Amino acid sequence: MITTQRSPTGGGGLQSPRSPSSQPPFLSVSVTDPAKMGNGVQAYISYKVITKTNFPDYQGPEKIVIRRYTDFVWLRDCLFKKYKGIFIPPLPEKSTVEKFRFSAEFIEMRRQALDSFVNRIALHHELQKSEDLRTFLQADEQTMERARSQDTGIFKRKPADLMQIFRDVQSKVSDVVLGKEKPVEETNPEYEKLKRYIFELEDHLAEAQKHAYRLVKRHRELGQSLADFGKAIKLLGACEGDALGTAFSELGAKSEMLSIKLQREAHNLLMNFEEPLKDYVRAVQSIKGTIAERANAFRQQCELAETIKLKEIDLNKLRLTRSERMLDAEHEYEELKAEGEEATRRFETIVRLMNEEIVRFQDEKTQDMGLAFHEFAKGQARLANGIADAWRSLIPKLDSLSSS
Amino acid sequence: MGSENQGFEEAQLYASREEMESLVLDDDDNKKNSNDNNPLSRSNGGANGDGSQHHHPLSSSLPFAEIPTTDDDDPLLSSPSPHKSPNAFNSFLEPPSYADAVFRSFDGDHGKQINGHGVVSTSSPSSSSDYLKISVTDPQKDQDLKNSLVPGGNTFVTYLITTWTNLPEFNGTEFSVRRRFKDVVTLSDRLSDSYRGFFIPLRPDKNVVESQVMQKQEFVDQRRMALEKYLRKLAAHPVIRRSEELRVFLQVQGKLPLMKTTDVASRMLDGAVKLPKQLFGESVVSAAVDPNDVSQPAKGGRDLLRIFKELRQSVTNDWGETKPPVVEEDKEFLEKKKKLQDFELELTNLSQQAESLVKAQQDIGETLGQLGLAFVKLTKFESEEAMFNSQRVRAADMKNVATSAVKASRLYRELNAQTVRHLDKLHEYLGVMLAVNNAYADRSNALLTVQTLLSELSNLNSRIEKLEAAASKIFGGDRSRVRKIEELKETMRVTDEAKNCAVREYERIKENNKNELDRLDKERHDDFFGMLKGFVVNQAGYAEKMASVWETVANETSGYAKSC
Repeated sequence: MITTQRSPTGGGGLQSPRSPSSQPPFLSVSVTDPAKMGNGVQAYISYKVITKTNFPDYQGPEKIVIRRYTDFVWLRDCLFKKYKGIFIPPLPEKSTVEKFRFSAEFIEMRRQALDSFVNRIALHHELQKSEDLRTFLQADEQTMERARSQDTGIFKRKPADLMQIFRDVQSKVSDVVLGKEKPVEETNPEYEKLKRYIFELEDHLAEAQKHAYRLVKRHRELGQSLADFGKAIKLLGACEGDALGTAFSELGAKSEMLSIKLQREAHNLLMNFEEPLKDYVRAVQSIKGTIAERANAFRQQCELAETIKLKEIDLNKLRLTRSERMLDAEHEYEELKAEGEEATRRFETIVRLMNEEIVRFQDEKTQDMGLAFHEFAKGQARLANGIADAWRSLIPKLDSLSSS
Repeated sequence: MGSENQGFEEAQLYASREEMESLVLDDDDNKKNSNDNNPLSRSNGGANGDGSQHHHPLSSSLPFAEIPTTDDDDPLLSSPSPHKSPNAFNSFLEPPSYADAVFRSFDGDHGKQINGHGVVSTSSPSSSSDYLKISVTDPQKDQDLKNSLVPGGNTFVTYLITTWTNLPEFNGTEFSVRRRFKDVVTLSDRLSDSYRGFFIPLRPDKNVVESQVMQKQEFVDQRRMALEKYLRKLAAHPVIRRSEELRVFLQVQGKLPLMKTTDVASRMLDGAVKLPKQLFGESVVSAAVDPNDVSQPAKGGRDLLRIFKELRQSVTNDWGETKPPVVEEDKEFLEKKKKLQDFELELTNLSQQAESLVKAQQDIGETLGQLGLAFVKLTKFESEEAMFNSQRVRAADMKNVATSAVKASRLYRELNAQTVRHLDKLHEYLGVMLAVNNAYADRSNALLTVQTLLSELSNLNSRIEKLEAAASKIFGGDRSRVRKIEELKETMRVTDEAKNCAVREYERIKENNKNELDRLDKERHDDFFGMLKGFVVNQAGYAEKMASVWETVANETSGYAKSC
């Protein structure tokens, strides 16, 4: 169970005039204690979400609620809707393979990812103010369930729509790359560069993650083969007897012991190297969602601008003819202009936020990857040293046995 | 940092082995691994004659490098480095490049070296000063013009067999002959005949393939290696290396003057009848009987009747109510035989697990390499596209990890090549077990011959007694019966001589078995200890190197750990 107590990033947190200002505001969350609930097809895993905070609107200092995976999904969707332009932290995927769903390893991987997810939200200077977050962290289960079911249907974006948006964005990117310009499209070269970067980055990361996962498997396989080898050599030793037999037995025992070390390192590699890489991939995919939202907002703005222009022409015509529809038309025109300003404002907010977010994202990823590399190298060094020690300790014994 | 691309290659999406080989690591001498055009190959899946090559299932995709070992200093055996004492098993010195990080196997007292060419040191503890070194080189096509029905049709390959020796029975210290595979078969057959009861190394397989394949370079080269291995094994055997057959094979120029076999069938063609006629049937002819022929195992042709008799005897042994006249009594022998059978079983199992281990080591090395390459590409990408400093920092970290992963991958490959060499002993001994089984078969066959002759004697005796009894009842004697009795008595005399011969042969084979078993025990002890130690030293050495690679990266990235 990884419980991270991280201090909030600078500039975050709410300042309340009522709370004593001696202690800086903090919001610290952990996701722990997965437990299987229910039976059969409807069985699921629930998690304990522990919040420790001194935020004024929160029930402090500590509150514990029970949440399940779909609750997390609800939270993510809410944030995605309401905080366009911000890179919403990624969630682990829904498991498609049935029998894997309740394996200890999978549950632990998921718990770790969910813990990361909530923590990143809690530490984000904007997202941590979200009311939906507060609901998620504090509400009782019935309220949670109601909120969850409310948001399905009307507001919940269907995956198919998102996919369509992704495809649009992707085709737009490729169009630009191929030189085919489409009308409703940002012509910001720096932004184009960013989009291209994101898409290519995903490919590179996915490949690295694939090999990282394979490496985990290889460790397990090597461990298994060392175990089998050890067993077989012990059996041969039993046949031989005498000094040679003893030598075989000792070697076999060492081999079996190293097999255990390998299995342990495989697990460490999975949780502390492969999963962070996977998380990185998910984060990049989440950014693609934000890119889609931006494209949407831009298109809306452009469409409205078009509509307003047309309306203006229309209005002027009506003014000339002094039609009785002029007043209505003026009214509509004003409304449209307001909407247009709103759309522009929305778009510009997204642009501004994205510019901030990309900096934050790169910093965060450098930290995350740096830690992952450290754990990877540490684990490999530890394993290699263990192997070297084990075999080295056998050498004097072999020497004495061979001469006896 | 963003423009620091000189270390990286243009790489495709999926790393090939060549890519990994040629990757330039800027803090490493790019010494490629030794050329690997020597795949180790085994003819069949299971244990095969140790004369043939050993095939690892992986050799098609990734042949192992034959790491040359002659000119490397084994840090264990040779004089120590200036810093460390020979007995301190601390980290081995960093060689100039990882490709040179070779740990020669510790082969006990023998210091066996197997090189690309030339020499294997003989390891007879008795006389360490005499040597018999053999090499097989220079395959050439030749034609057999005499017997070919199709003009130019009967082509074959000859090999140059060069010997260096100081053994007295050879006239000379260095000489060469050309031999073809058929000659090797002949040599092997003659040794089997002459050295019954010995653990004779098995010759390479005949490999009946179409002539097209026969001429392919790969096949010819594999066969060359197999022949070399086989001849060296013969040279390593303390008794066989002194044999006349081997000497003739190695030294006598021109056509090999060894008879293909002592099969008496060919002698029949000459009209000479040498076997005891009485074994053949009823009629007595004053033939020049050579009882010594029973010292040869029964083979085809003329020996057919003898085979039938011996077969009948063996059936009697197994199913008859009476105990055969001579039984295998040597308890010690029977115990040893059982023990060796168990040994063979476990050895087979172990050699399979060894193959799996080698494969697993290869796989992990490969995956590490691919991971490294993926990170190299990612690093290059981040460096080129860097818009923020955090990206450059990340790219630097990633590069460290990438180069270390590629280094570790190479280390695994070298480790594996060495592991293969050490664990190869297991496969070798599977071949030895086959030779042992052959020697046991020699013994059983000889015993069967003795038993058969004893039964014959007992038969003849009872017939004589019957005739004598019948003859005595006739007044004045029975001339025909008396003559018959004389004949039978003569037959008995000859058969008795043959029996004595057979018994001598049996005893001789038993003695050979015993000596060979003792020799096997001793050699097995030395060989396996050598293998174990070599394996362990190898594993420890490479693990240490890998630990040092990763420790560097861990230290360089330790800043990230503290910040959490």
